[in-house]
Amino acid sequence: MAGIAEKVASLSNDEILRYSRHLIMPEVGMEGQLKLKQAKVLCIGAGGLGSPLALYLAAAGVGTLGIVDFDVVDFTNLQRQVIHGTSDVGRKKLDSAADTLNEINPTIEVRKFDTRLSSANALELFREFDIVADGTDNFPTRYLVNDACVLTGKPNVYGSIFRFEGQASVFATKEGPCYRCLYPEPPPPGLVPSCAEGGVLGILPGLVGIIQATETIKLILGSGEPLIGRLLLVDALAMRFRELKLRKNPDCPACGTHPTVTELIDYNQFCGIRGEEAAAPSTMRDMTVEELKQRLDKGDDLFVLDVREPHEYQICNIGGHLIPLNDLPKRVSELDSSREIVVHCKMGGRSAKAVDFLRQSGFSRVHNLAGGITAWADRIDPKVPKY
Amino acid sequence: MKILVPTPLRQYAGKQSAVEVPAATVGEALNGLTTAYPDLRKHLYGDEGKLRAFVNVYLNDEDIRYLQNDATAVKDGDTLSIIPSIAGGRV
Repeated sequence: MAGIAEKVASLSNDEILRYSRHLIMPEVGMEGQLKLKQAKVLCIGAGGLGSPLALYLAAAGVGTLGIVDFDVVDFTNLQRQVIHGTSDVGRKKLDSAADTLNEINPTIEVRKFDTRLSSANALELFREFDIVADGTDNFPTRYLVNDACVLTGKPNVYGSIFRFEGQASVFATKEGPCYRCLYPEPPPPGLVPSCAEGGVLGILPGLVGIIQATETIKLILGSGEPLIGRLLLVDALAMRFRELKLRKNPDCPACGTHPTVTELIDYNQFCGIRGEEAAAPSTMRDMTVEELKQRLDKGDDLFVLDVREPHEYQICNIGGHLIPLNDLPKRVSELDSSREIVVHCKMGGRSAKAVDFLRQSGFSRVHNLAGGITAWADRIDPKVPKY
Repeated sequence: MKILVPTPLRQYAGKQSAVEVPAATVGEALNGLTTAYPDLRKHLYGDEGKLRAFVNVYLNDEDIRYLQNDATAVKDGDTLSIIPSIAGGRV
């Protein structure tokens, strides 16, 4: 194999200098560096995980680096998505990432895929690469990446994060388990903490993304012990790493002996995610920020209830009475059901749940503030910071 | 025995990262945990009382599905980990 590699690829003198610290190490050497140069890795997402992942793969000399992303850089990304800078805000993540990668290593080819990964394009895209690194942030794409990797026979270098905890593994190799062996089904949408309740420690995707980069490079070199059949758990707060055994499930719907997933499916439906229209809040119980402002100015007797967390209240508030959503059942006695109540959170998701709960508890005059305090900051009072 | 509670579920377990329960089997340990923190139950178990498909339970480093599930014997010093699937920022 090495003989063939040397015939089709070689390193220029500049590259030899660039990769000197690899070349003098027997575990990589010229043979390993040429493998890296010929390798084609597809990164799904140029966000928190994708940033460190792509930066290190580019620096290491992975010859072809594909990136799939359709998003635009915003200010809240910069706390962790280190491939983008402040002047990139508003640009496509793909363009910003490609510029950074080309600056770090102009000898590699960065291939940009300005699209949302979908069941329609995943198989064709994956076939052009050797390894897929999953840096996505949602369940439908996780299952899509896994199934497409199983169907195309490409290893899935997996990383995932929540607040200060992360998981990493290598799925869908011939001998190893896939993501569905571990989790056959996703959680229903209501049971996982939502955007604003989540949050993530900025360095955590750095840690986990670099573990993914390490595993990718080990797979290319064919050396070391990859995380196949092992789930690495990272707790950044305790700074503890643990490892769990994963087994290939013979009954796995994707990679088992009698797979039922033989083509890509509708992953939004699989994950129980409603379409945009269906998810739109019902108007009968909603109040717009303009309406709230107008009625408060008029002196109407409205009780504003804020169901965010105390640390969010500290960032900004509009003077509402604070009862976090999870505390609402045991603190509901603080509310007067004869008064008209307007409930808000950051974006409107948690307050919708609170409105449901209050209505079931006998409150009849309850409204959800559509768009939450973010809409208030956008459309009523620009002095209120957005977060 | 010690049960490690993952970050997303700590809000239903008195914000604790680990809970100590007396138990002879995995089933007893989980039962002890959900008796002490009833809010956890719906996050761990589906309507039919089965462990949810996106929640895995490990005794030390081994998945209880590949041991004897709830009937797996446990001893002092063992650690039970609840590992839910996490996706990243969005849901």
